[in-house]
Amino acid sequence: MPETEQAQELQQIDDVLDSDYKAGFVTDIEADTFLPGLSEQTVRDISRIKGEPEFLLEWRLKAYRHWLTLETPKWAHVHYPEIDYQSISYYSSPKQNKDGPKSLDEVDPELLRTYEKLGVPLDERARLAGVAVDAVFDSVSVANTFQDKLAEDGILFMPFSKAVHQHPELIKKYLGSVVPYRDNFYAALNSAVFSDGSFVYIPKGTRCPMELSTYFRINAANTGQFERTLIIADDDAYVSYLEGCTAPMRDENQLHAAVVELVAHDRAEIKYSTVQNWYPGDKNGVGGIFNFVTKRAACRGESSKVSWTQVETGSAITWKYPSIILQGDNSVGEFYSIAVTNNMQQADTGTKMIHLGKNTSSTIIAKGISAGRSQNSYRGLVRIGANAENARNHTECDSLLMGDQCGAHTFPYIEVKNPTAQIEHEASTSKISEDQLFYCKQRGLDVEDAVSMIVNGFCKQVMRQLPMEFAVEAQNLLGLSLEGSVG
Amino acid sequence: MLEIKNLHASIDGKEILRGINLTVNAGEVHAIMGPNGSGKSTLSNVIAGRDGYEITQGTVTYKGENLLQLKAEERAQRGVFLAFQYPVEIPGVSNIYLLKAALNAVRKYQGLDDLDAIDFLTLVRSKLELVKMDEEFLHRGVNEGFSGGEKKRNEILQMALLEPSLAILDETDSGLDIDALKTVSDGVNALRSSDRSIVMITHYQRLLDYIVPDFVHVLSEGQIVKTGGKELALELEAKGYSWVNKNA
Ligand SMILES: Nc1ncnc2c1ncn2[C@@H]1O[C@H](COP(=O)(O)OP(=O)(O)O)[C@@H](O)[C@H]1O
Ligand SMILES: [Mg+2]
Repeated sequence: MPETEQAQELQQIDDVLDSDYKAGFVTDIEADTFLPGLSEQTVRDISRIKGEPEFLLEWRLKAYRHWLTLETPKWAHVHYPEIDYQSISYYSSPKQNKDGPKSLDEVDPELLRTYEKLGVPLDERARLAGVAVDAVFDSVSVANTFQDKLAEDGILFMPFSKAVHQHPELIKKYLGSVVPYRDNFYAALNSAVFSDGSFVYIPKGTRCPMELSTYFRINAANTGQFERTLIIADDDAYVSYLEGCTAPMRDENQLHAAVVELVAHDRAEIKYSTVQNWYPGDKNGVGGIFNFVTKRAACRGESSKVSWTQVETGSAITWKYPSIILQGDNSVGEFYSIAVTNNMQQADTGTKMIHLGKNTSSTIIAKGISAGRSQNSYRGLVRIGANAENARNHTECDSLLMGDQCGAHTFPYIEVKNPTAQIEHEASTSKISEDQLFYCKQRGLDVEDAVSMIVNGFCKQVMRQLPMEFAVEAQNLLGLSLEGSVG
Repeated sequence: MLEIKNLHASIDGKEILRGINLTVNAGEVHAIMGPNGSGKSTLSNVIAGRDGYEITQGTVTYKGENLLQLKAEERAQRGVFLAFQYPVEIPGVSNIYLLKAALNAVRKYQGLDDLDAIDFLTLVRSKLELVKMDEEFLHRGVNEGFSGGEKKRNEILQMALLEPSLAILDETDSGLDIDALKTVSDGVNALRSSDRSIVMITHYQRLLDYIVPDFVHVLSEGQIVKTGGKELALELEAKGYSWVNKNA
């Protein structure tokens, strides 16, 4: 890349970073707005402003000091300019509704059109667009109704920062127990400066009666770049959790470094579904979210089960490997993934299945779809520990290419330390063929419907894993993400 | 219904169709026969609007409209149907899903609402009977793992559902055993009607015993070199394609 171009690009990225706090931050409550910059003092300030207990501040500081010793990971198949961590603001209160549009008429029609196509209900659209929702419908009481109902069963579902105050013993016990702050560069950064996130605890023997979703919590849409989610399913508990709404978040933030920790005790089951559609940047790759996320689950108890299902269509760069540590005997791990990249997007995503217990089994189904000039990599590790008798893994990795300027890559790593392991790995690469498109068009479908249908067919195994309502939105989203990529 | 005048089409600069003239009226069944490579599939594709062909001369008029100006899907929505010689597999997309999308696309063009799930299923079931297909085919991936005969039957199922005005059947008979050939032919015969035209492309005379055409055309090297009634097919069978070439 010529130097001027690179300088320009850096400038543009700076601009976007700048616009973050110019446009997006609340200015009238001074204490809630931090100037850009990261130091030990920043970490102390975050902790103080949230009134956190001492143990949490200590933990944040340890993480921060550790982070200082680390370097940005370079191994992923993604390229981006160096991030200036001093140019980011590390704390802002959620955007206030009163600064947002007052009615749907004031919202960017383009944005509304997208929501409409996604099939998001009108009141939800208003909420996502940041309209002062109280005027449209009472979202606060909606959210509360759910929380009260859940509380009757002893289920805890609340913002992370609230849990810190109400259930410090649980936070102390589980925070960092799956993803230690030392884990990696972004996890360390997140541990030092995380703003908020979700906390879920399902008590013993309880089956959560509804899908828990950030969808229901209005603040989640505006939660900052460094979310922290912790979900614990106690013995014989079950929960299905949906992350993210499918609507594009026109968030100005550049870096998104979340951490998600899941803990499943004896015979517990956690289903975690994500539909990620952060802003991917424009056609030329300017702007967009850098999504560097650490997600990990511990199947701690015997016969416990965790499934990650993800549909990744957004972000300029995705760096994400939802993983499962299969500690308990007979525990089961599943990873179902669809990663779509278009234009200049880059995705390096996959999973790690770490088999430690006996008779543990894991399934990996990864579907990558690349269009435009994007790069889509699957990176997966299956490790069978020495004591993991009779461990089994089945991996299927399929790539679908649209056009000839994109790239699909597969990096499978397999480490086996126990001879009883059974491991299967299948991989395929295909293209949407001219024949398939013509066939659909000859049956009266236009190109976009045809592409979306073929792509959804390709993704069926994964789509099936999503809860019903989510699947419909995810299907529409696939179509939207690939709009204009063929024909 | 369909009027083709002096149609020339080439692909990658190579001329394949070299002046086709063909008129098909409503209710007629035409057979186009010809040796491999004579341009039969090319003609079907050009009528159906497949990309990649350059039309260098001539016109194609369908129901009074210039067909060549329309996109493939617009032609389909207006009632042009092509039963493919090699139906393609679309993994993971269920047959019923495609059928529904296709029917709704046509209905939308006709200004009709989508059929609701129950009406749709009732309709599809009646069509399945016509081609003697089991309902489980509806839930399999489009042509995924279908045998040759099943694929061809599936094409006729789609035709039966979409009720096109102009159906082009590209070697629907090839690769069928005698029972399948009978089933498919019965299906097509049931769809013959005074407001529907059928163009059957075939390599063998055999099909014409089951679906009796009004006209038979012989295509050779991108031109229709001979036209006659159904007896032309028999003559052709007896004397071979070299006979027409000599007579052309
Ligand atoms: N995509 C293509 N590129 C180049 N030549 C082609 C292509 N498709 C068909 N042809 C040529 O056009 C001629 C006619 O082919 P086709 O229409 O398939 O014949 P038929 O269906 O009668 O067997 C053949 O010589 C074939 O090789
Ligand atoms: Mg042919």
